[in-house]
Amino acid sequence: MKFALTLLASVLFFVGASPAFAIDVRAAVLRVDYQTLLPLSRYDVRPDDLGFAGAALADQDNNTTGSFMGHNYETVQVSTTPDDADAALDAILADGIRLIVVLARAEDLLRLTDRAAEQGALVFNAQAPDMALRDTDCRAGLLHTSLSYGMKADAVAQFAIWKKWTDWLLVHGSNPADVAMADAFRNAANKFGARIVEEREFEDTGGSRRTDSGHVMVQKQLPVFMQGAKDHDAVIAADATNYFAGFLPYHLWTPRPVMGSGGLVPVNFHGAHEAYGATQFQTRFDELTRRYVRSEDFNVWLALRVVGEAVTRANTADPMGVLDYAMSDAFELAAFKGQKVTFRNWNGQIRQPVLLYDGMLTVSVSPQEGFLHQTSPLDTMGLDRPESNCTAFN
Amino acid sequence: MRPFVLATALVAFASPVFAGKAFVSNERGNTITVVNTETWEVETEFFGGNRPRGITVSPDGTKLYVCASDDNIVRVFDTTTYEELPSLPSGPDPELFIIEPSGERLYIANEDDNLVTVTNTNTRQVLAEVPVGVEPEGMGMSPDAKWVVNTSETTNMAHFISTEDYSIKHNVLVDQRPRYAQYTADGTRLYVSSEIGGTVTVMDIAEDGAPTVVGKLTFEVPGVLPEWLQPVGVKVTSDGSRVFVALGPANRVAVVDGETLEVLDYILVGQRVWQLDFTADEKYLISTNGNSNDITVIDVEKEEAIKSVQVGQQPWGVVTIKD
Repeated sequence: MKFALTLLASVLFFVGASPAFAIDVRAAVLRVDYQTLLPLSRYDVRPDDLGFAGAALADQDNNTTGSFMGHNYETVQVSTTPDDADAALDAILADGIRLIVVLARAEDLLRLTDRAAEQGALVFNAQAPDMALRDTDCRAGLLHTSLSYGMKADAVAQFAIWKKWTDWLLVHGSNPADVAMADAFRNAANKFGARIVEEREFEDTGGSRRTDSGHVMVQKQLPVFMQGAKDHDAVIAADATNYFAGFLPYHLWTPRPVMGSGGLVPVNFHGAHEAYGATQFQTRFDELTRRYVRSEDFNVWLALRVVGEAVTRANTADPMGVLDYAMSDAFELAAFKGQKVTFRNWNGQIRQPVLLYDGMLTVSVSPQEGFLHQTSPLDTMGLDRPESNCTAFN
Repeated sequence: MRPFVLATALVAFASPVFAGKAFVSNERGNTITVVNTETWEVETEFFGGNRPRGITVSPDGTKLYVCASDDNIVRVFDTTTYEELPSLPSGPDPELFIIEPSGERLYIANEDDNLVTVTNTNTRQVLAEVPVGVEPEGMGMSPDAKWVVNTSETTNMAHFISTEDYSIKHNVLVDQRPRYAQYTADGTRLYVSSEIGGTVTVMDIAEDGAPTVVGKLTFEVPGVLPEWLQPVGVKVTSDGSRVFVALGPANRVAVVDGETLEVLDYILVGQRVWQLDFTADEKYLISTNGNSNDITVIDVEKEEAIKSVQVGQQPWGVVTIKD
């Protein structure tokens, strides 16, 4: 170890002698924590460091590279309630930070983004999947590393079509987020030629989800609810609020594969993903945080790696400099997904493959073979240029 | 084990010609496949450690070194008897390495720890640990053995490490996910492949070892999505006239003119081609095809694939010796 330290010193000395510009890069992760019920499975309980863990790894990765360039990275981690979010943002801005990763719901995210924009800050959306954020509600100072409902639904749809499971029974929840997700699946069916033979709404009546008798009730209620449906190849579940879809696979009336919010789930990343060199990412993350990675962590990591890439290649930590570089043709980033990720210059969404995850494994990765596109097969998922009404980047 | 030994004995009797051998590391199968480079038949397959990836031989051809990534050691085997010899310390998760011409020092990339470990193969001691960028992988050595070049996959740099004092003297940014570094035999040029960037960065090397980027190879195959053109393994003929680049999921090896840096041809090989090695006489080039579990043999002069040979599960690396 002593020897390694000596060597590190010599590395640093070398950097001092190199022409690289010294840059101190300060960023923040602002996480808005909402009052929510417990998830169906205790595996899905939110860890205290959700998102922040991705920032810690990104800082570590960026600083290793930075040690050769004379760049230093520090990311501040702030969690807040919805009521205190504006004040928390103001404190971050007052601290001089202009690169901010936000984990919040769409309405809070938009308000915070506009507030940050007044001070010339760049915001990364690492959580909200809402389509409007990539569409009519887009902002020039808002980039998205999280997946949209559309990207997720299209990823599932492509897989279903590839399997020739073209007749869908769409089951959705009753909360606004569930309805928004159901919309994305209707769009996806339309886009790729699947047929929704029937739709059902499983109403959220509230109540305790994870009690001793929870599964007993579900076992009686769900099959009854699912009986008598028209012939279908697959059940597509839109339960963004996570209150019933997890139970669907074994509580159907007609046995069919379930995809969407239960069964085969589209995610940005998960702790078992190993292909494309991801094992190395997982090992680093596990060692640093003592837990498995979540999509939110990955989204934050990705956002800060975008910053790191701009600093390394374009020598800028200025928010507009980072934005310009990220949206330019020169930008590309390896993200353990088998191909480079880049930004859509019409709405600020990062284009990236979507992993189809069964809770244990990467079952498949979309876009699926054969879904072609004139620019990038990744643009077959989510809002493509002609579909997006975003004009902020024009 | 016994049937393997018998098979080897039979082959030995049946082939009086002195044939070379190729050793292929099978990442998933945890084995090494031995292929006769005269008959192109599999001679045997033996346990090569857990997750064997990088593979090389001592300069005298007697010892086979294997990065057993999940065992956190370099395993050593006799290239004739395939008997396992005492292992070498490698640091955690060794992925790829390079041995100096004297056979003494082995430079090992530790993927998980952002280090290059230097191990003495005689004393089996670690001489140094050099901190490098995130996810070190590719390891190249200048022919005069004065420089080791390591590529870091997430930092996206080629780090030039002096073998005199084990310190980094030059860092060169390259495209996303650099996988492999290969000097020409005369030491005046270095090729660094970038898997996700889809390019090979070409550097001229000055007499004092300093690199200057002079160009970039890019690839284009009609009918193949540009995303799948992912350069990994690189080998250069000893006269420097031809550069072969393995293109991963594009299932092709590119043939590049070493003078003009123009891509001349693409040779169709097995699926997900990663690493390459020439036979000692440079008549053949062998590619490891991870998804089709085979190797492809390329006739170097004709620049065409002549044969594929089934090996173990998910072949990763290959090295050859002459008998």
